[in-house]
Amino acid sequence: MTDAATMTEPLLHIEQLGKRFGGFIALDGVDLSVPKGQRLGLIGPNGSGKSTLVNCICGTLQNETGSVTFDGIKVDGMVAHQRTRQGLARSFQLPRPFRSMTVAENVRVPLLYTVNARSHPHLSESELDDRCMELLKLVTLDAKAAKYTTDLTQVEMRKLELARAMAAEPKLLIADESMAGLSHSEVEDIVALLIRMNERGVTIIMIEHIMRAVMTFSQRLVVLVSGKKIADGDPQDVIQNKEVVGAYLGQ
Amino acid sequence: MRTPAFILILTAVAAALYFAFSYVGNDYLFFAGYTVLQYIVLATAWNILGGYCGYVNFGSAGFFAIGVYTTVFLYTVGQQIEDLVPEFMLAPMQLIFPLPLPVMIMVAGVVAGFIGLGMGYLTLRLRGVFFAIATLALTVVLETFIVNWSFVGGSRGAYVIPPNEVPIFGHFINFLFVLMLVLVILALTTARLIERSKLGVGFATIRDDELAAEASGVPTLRLKLVATVVSGALMGMAGAPFPFYIGYVEPASAFNLSYAVNSIAMPMIGGTTSWIGPLVGALLLGTLQQVATVTISSAVNLLIVGLLLIFFVIIAPRGIVGLVQDQLRKRSKT
Amino acid sequence: MEFDLLINAIIAGLMLGGFYAAVTAGISISFGMLDIVNIAHPGFIILGSYIAYIVNVHFGVDPILIAIVALPAFYALGSIIYQVYYQSFEKHGQDSLRGLAFFFGLLFVTEVALNLVFGVDYRTVEVPYIGGSLSIGAMEFPVRMLVPCLVSVAMFGGLILFMSRTFIGRAVMAVSQDPQALQLMAVDPIRIKRIAFSISIATASMAGAFLITIQPVIPSSGREYIGRVFAICVLGGLGSLPGTLIAAFMIGVIESITSTFYGPSWAPAVSFGLLLLTLAVRPSGLFGR
Ligand SMILES: Nc1ncnc2c1ncn2[C@@H]1O[C@H](COP(=O)(O)OP(=O)(O)OP(=O)(O)O)[C@@H](O)[C@H]1O
Ligand SMILES: [Mg+2]
Repeated sequence: MTDAATMTEPLLHIEQLGKRFGGFIALDGVDLSVPKGQRLGLIGPNGSGKSTLVNCICGTLQNETGSVTFDGIKVDGMVAHQRTRQGLARSFQLPRPFRSMTVAENVRVPLLYTVNARSHPHLSESELDDRCMELLKLVTLDAKAAKYTTDLTQVEMRKLELARAMAAEPKLLIADESMAGLSHSEVEDIVALLIRMNERGVTIIMIEHIMRAVMTFSQRLVVLVSGKKIADGDPQDVIQNKEVVGAYLGQ
Repeated sequence: MRTPAFILILTAVAAALYFAFSYVGNDYLFFAGYTVLQYIVLATAWNILGGYCGYVNFGSAGFFAIGVYTTVFLYTVGQQIEDLVPEFMLAPMQLIFPLPLPVMIMVAGVVAGFIGLGMGYLTLRLRGVFFAIATLALTVVLETFIVNWSFVGGSRGAYVIPPNEVPIFGHFINFLFVLMLVLVILALTTARLIERSKLGVGFATIRDDELAAEASGVPTLRLKLVATVVSGALMGMAGAPFPFYIGYVEPASAFNLSYAVNSIAMPMIGGTTSWIGPLVGALLLGTLQQVATVTISSAVNLLIVGLLLIFFVIIAPRGIVGLVQDQLRKRSKT
Repeated sequence: MEFDLLINAIIAGLMLGGFYAAVTAGISISFGMLDIVNIAHPGFIILGSYIAYIVNVHFGVDPILIAIVALPAFYALGSIIYQVYYQSFEKHGQDSLRGLAFFFGLLFVTEVALNLVFGVDYRTVEVPYIGGSLSIGAMEFPVRMLVPCLVSVAMFGGLILFMSRTFIGRAVMAVSQDPQALQLMAVDPIRIKRIAFSISIATASMAGAFLITIQPVIPSSGREYIGRVFAICVLGGLGSLPGTLIAAFMIGVIESITSTFYGPSWAPAVSFGLLLLTLAVRPSGLFGR
């Protein structure tokens, strides 16, 4: 970590986060601090608790122990939409589009309910339309803007997830496996897109199984195994870490 | 179309309907028409929560009855004002009571809206099915209270005597019919306004995927509460004139399950995604039942409603409006 | 005197609770384990009552015996309904709204159809033990309550054993927790759900016979059980049969005490009030995780 990063207050600060499902411990006291502007890669074997961590950060699930601080504010008592309005956006691993709406209408929702809730004056109708098209162009879905989401392929739905998350103009974007099933060049496009967003000042946590993408993207790499953080640091160092290698080979 | 124009057109249609019925001059038309109009309000109200947000309310009969009994209560207070109010208050109270029916309707809307708010607050945090089950429960709790509340007649029921004649309208039923027309205009306009506003978008996200809605910044609980209140209030208002229509109310008629069934079946059959669906469903099913009640038995017509409901939810999930849309789309493609 | 009244109210409540257990068993399986909100269940229970009634009137057979003979028919009915439900709603996921409306329609149609065939008069069955009662000291056990209660508890015990001991039963429990795990076991979750749902409808045959043994029945009798069964089911914790059994006894006792001391017209509100309260305060139920 650079000195500058440790100096400034972290954008996201998680302490001792714990979550159980019945008797099963999904998150076991996770600590994590993400400085503003960082590109963080989060990896771990299937079922290691990555999505659960995202859900607890974003308020989709309620953590049982520990706390989440975002942008200097404790967000534990906030429900999901309040956190979104604070600047915490995420994509869902299994795409959850609004099925009765077109692609463009999907992207409009965060514009109406998050961006407009934050900013005065509100975006006008034509501004809304422009923003939608802009966002859809970013993820190369502009040609499908008027299509219903039921007509999209799985890959297109992932892109829509990403566009909808970005539409909320987040300070921190968490992309939960946005690239599964994408072709080689599409993966590169999305990584490039996320890096571009990051250069515009958005902090990004990327959860991914595609190591190539993770290594290109990440400035820092965190590894989660069985709900515990086992490694955290420079990506090159982390992937050579014995424990990490063991966890991956062991599964 | 802008909302004022829409209201104007509805008003014109309503006026035309009223004059056509008056021209025929048969009271039965007004009585039957009133019931159909009442169903339009109920179906439209149900659809605001059920169709737009995807939250099933089995308690339409309960909300309807809240309206009915608000009127019975206010009417009884008006009747017994001398016994209820201390001497010095009597003069001012006699200025207020007996309340005119339109005021009773508004009070009924407020009461039903508040009860909707309370119930929604208790259950809307939970999965949709729990809400649905709770609405079933609510109806029974309310009915039990009414049965045990002798001031509004308890299980014996209560008589509400309408005046024979009213100024301008003549027969009282004409007046009731017009009131119901106004409620229909109110309900349809509300539904259409919601549909085209940001609120409508929010409702649709709730229906489609609540987690994704929250993640996009939609305050789902608050919106659901808004829907419950609006929907409940409209149902209560639909019930408020009923005691004057029927003359004698007992719990079994106010809490009649056929209100619950019809207010679900009509939107489902007409189509739940826009205000036109419940209107079409209520017109069709309401008229059908009026005809069937006369020609066959009322049990048979309820059977028909039930079977139609099952048939439509299986075969035509988007209702008649959906079927028509599909036809139009097909035609425009070829 | 007060004390005797209380004791008898509790006894009557326990017997009532045993009967409620049978009424709720089906919902506990379909709603609690399969996530199918079968609000038509009380309708099928009344159907069971009327079947017991017809056969009893014509041949004088014991209603509970009739119900046992009718089990396969109810099981088949359950299979058919599940097939329709699966094909029309479950397969496509998402649309629970229409599924609910579907069951609501079924409930309504069952009631109205019974109304058309039998009218709205109360129907009862003739059994030798109706009217008799055992008494131990001041305690009264009306046999018409006792027999349904005992058979019901036996049936419930059987269900609990079935769910915990047999392969199919365990598969049902697994379906309610993790459908994917089932596929790994090479079991077809749809088949398992169909079997479980059919069993749930089959219990309606028994519950129907108990109901008409205990009290006269009209087509709309089912309604008052809708909220009650869900109250018991939610109170007991979704998917937990032992929890359901305890909750059934609880509701039975509370209702019985209410009607003894405050009058029977308040009894219906008790379970519904409890349901609303449970949903508001502890939706996972008293015994839920
Ligand atoms: N709602 C839930 N109820 C019960 N168990 C759950 C629930 N959600 C997740 N789990 C369990 O918690 C564990 C962690 O799940 P999670 O989805 O967080 O893993 P993940 O790291 O995102 O895996 P993947 O790489 O497959 O996405 C898994 O064993 C999963 O089965
Ligand atoms: Mg995951």
